[in-house]
Amino acid sequence: MALVEIRDLQMHFPLGGISGTLARLRGRDEPVLRAVDSVSFDVEAGETLGLVGESGCGKSTVARCLVRLLKPTAGSVRYAGKEIATLDAQTMRPFRRDIQMVFQDPTASLNPRLSVRSMVEEALTLHTKFDAKERRARVEELMQEVGLGRDLLDRYPHELSGGQRQRVNIARAIATNPRFVVLDEPTSALDVSLRSRAILLLEKLREHLGLSYLFISHDLATVKYLASRVAVMYLGSIVELSDTRDLFAKPLHPYTRALLAAVPVPDPDARRDDFTLAGEIPSPIDVATGCRLRGRCPLAKPICAEKPPLKEIAPGRFVACHLVSELSP
Amino acid sequence: MTEMLEISDLTVHFQINQGAIEAVDHINLTIRRGEILGLVGESGSGKSVTSFAILRLIRPPGRVVSGSVHFDGIDLGSLPEEQMRRMRGAKIAMVSQTPRTALNPLLTVGRQISRLLMVHAGLSTREAEKRMLEMLRLVRIPAPEKRANQYPHQLSGGMCQRVMIAMALATSPQLLLADEPTTGLDVSIAAKILDLLRELSAKTGAAIMLVTHDLGVVADICDRVAVMHAGQVVECAPVRELFHNPAHPYTKALVRSIPRVDRDVVLEPIPGSVPSLVNPPSGCRYAGRCEWAMDRCRVSRPPMVEAAPGHVVACYGFEERRGTC
Ligand SMILES: Nc1ncnc2c1ncn2[C@@H]1O[C@H](COP(=O)(O)OP(=O)(O)OP(=O)(O)O)[C@@H](O)[C@H]1O
Ligand SMILES: Nc1ncnc2c1ncn2[C@@H]1O[C@H](COP(=O)(O)OP(=O)(O)OP(=O)(O)O)[C@@H](O)[C@H]1O
Ligand code: SF4
Ligand code: SF4
Ligand SMILES: [Mg+2]
Ligand SMILES: [Mg+2]
Repeated sequence: MALVEIRDLQMHFPLGGISGTLARLRGRDEPVLRAVDSVSFDVEAGETLGLVGESGCGKSTVARCLVRLLKPTAGSVRYAGKEIATLDAQTMRPFRRDIQMVFQDPTASLNPRLSVRSMVEEALTLHTKFDAKERRARVEELMQEVGLGRDLLDRYPHELSGGQRQRVNIARAIATNPRFVVLDEPTSALDVSLRSRAILLLEKLREHLGLSYLFISHDLATVKYLASRVAVMYLGSIVELSDTRDLFAKPLHPYTRALLAAVPVPDPDARRDDFTLAGEIPSPIDVATGCRLRGRCPLAKPICAEKPPLKEIAPGRFVACHLVSELSP
Repeated sequence: MTEMLEISDLTVHFQINQGAIEAVDHINLTIRRGEILGLVGESGSGKSVTSFAILRLIRPPGRVVSGSVHFDGIDLGSLPEEQMRRMRGAKIAMVSQTPRTALNPLLTVGRQISRLLMVHAGLSTREAEKRMLEMLRLVRIPAPEKRANQYPHQLSGGMCQRVMIAMALATSPQLLLADEPTTGLDVSIAAKILDLLRELSAKTGAAIMLVTHDLGVVADICDRVAVMHAGQVVECAPVRELFHNPAHPYTKALVRSIPRVDRDVVLEPIPGSVPSLVNPPSGCRYAGRCEWAMDRCRVSRPPMVEAAPGHVVACYGFEERRGTC
């Protein structure tokens, strides 16, 4: 049994506004934005699963369903074998210590009225039996680990730089020794040196304490370093899921190929795939039938009008594309 | 001269109980018309505070302690607040590092952009609406007519960022302060945004200050780069020169550790930590972490010297080694 098991996760948001009102007046279903459609994956204990994909494809929405800041429209989220997709705030509480999240927007997720010290300590007060002295020591240790000076402890979020806020978020998330941490762009505001430090820290925790991570990032170099497997999302669905090495060595889904081909490599001699997608990015509001990449995919065939299932084409390698067996060697 | 932005001797402090946080310490920077200056450096080194100071948005207990900012020859420090406000909307635009919090949560994103266009560019409601949709399309927001009617919390992180960029570019500013405009965007959208910035500077002669941690972005679009460390500019050079001949030990460490997807990442954090900016050491602020540090470094602050034409650096160790290699 994997630590986290997601099955057919779905998150649809009502569009609201005029179109919503009109639809209701006419007795039709309100139009929805299909942010996440039938997503399934596992995260094993002690594993880092990378989640990548275009801006707006639904990564943060998956994340917020996992930590139950959102109640999924449908589907199942099992943590250590227990279903948590349907729990309410009260029944979810026992899981809060184990499941933590570092938010993409470090500013919006910090309480503006609490000092850095109180914010990190709050997690310890809620979830551990530490006394005041132990809490203090733990807070100082955490600050040091994420590279924040002690002089920042009494500051408030608005008195910090973007990267300092992000590090407070990391410190807060790992404070209680959780078992599963969702990291949504956790190092985007850090310079290379602090980023390296944060990544080494996360790796250390995983090795020593067996933490598991869902690591969401646009920084593919870091994903390659941290993740043992990577899931690639496109417009609300997973299109490829694979061992990290295999994925970077030979991306199979046309979207993955285009994604990796677009990464700038500061080396004129590097061998590269010049695979690109045509056309405009579609919107999750009016989703076409069939393969969602169809309008942009240079390989599209008539069969792509049917939705391709996510198929296991080699052990541990899943791809959702009708032509992928033809693509592979 | 053709300097669009000229910052001289700027110092910004934040007063707290323990003393003054010396967030920005006597910095000098210039950006010419049509030039893109990259501003890189450690997290917490004063990059965002510098942008806010240019816009005169430092609020108490923060204070501009010294220095001046000239925009297109105008001393911004001496402008009445009313005129400064007009500058901010139309001539100087900023892309904030925290897009979601910088947008108004109570207005649809379309309204925010068209309102700006009506107030600062004098467009009619219809014209503003049209230009707003055009801007959203330019920053690659799919189905802009629908997205325009949504509120910031209904958009993804990267979409808020692009809305912010659309808003900043809408009035064709002459100076753009872009604070981490491409973090949180996937590589292909990021490339499109960089194209837009390049176009703005090439077509309209706008000056751009691009704050970023991504040295790939710097290499891609900047003409010159300034490196900040602990509130000070420690090095400034044309982009190629900086990548090929970094002079300051901090810059060397940065350039060495650029991550690349086609290689295995080597993680080499710089050992030690940034000094506190409250009563910082009087000498070089990098001395505690520098392998070249000498007695002299701990006593006085190294002055800016010319390393090559257009390339300046503040480092005693560099001066010492100059003739020898
Ligand atoms: N509360 C909400 N109400 C309506 N739509 C939403 C809401 N939250 C997210 N969405 C929509 O869901 C889709 C997926 O958004 P999400 O934030 O998950 O994207 P993402 O993959 O994290 O993108 P990014 O890389 O830009 O952060 C987007 O189209 C977004 O507009
Ligand atoms: N309102 C404030 N009150 C007190 N200190 C502040 C305030 N704003 C910023 N600072 C401090 O000033 C220093 C410079 O902050 P700034 O936001 O400019 O950093 P930055 O270079 O933009 O960093 P990052 O890359 O992390 O965004 C930081 O040490 C920060 O803690
Ligand atoms: S199913 Fe067809 S349209 Fe979709 S990715 Fe594969 S080839 Fe392209
Ligand atoms: S001045 Fe001295 S301590 Fe500072 S960077 Fe140069 S050599 Fe190192
Ligand atoms: Mg997101
Ligand atoms: Mg900043």
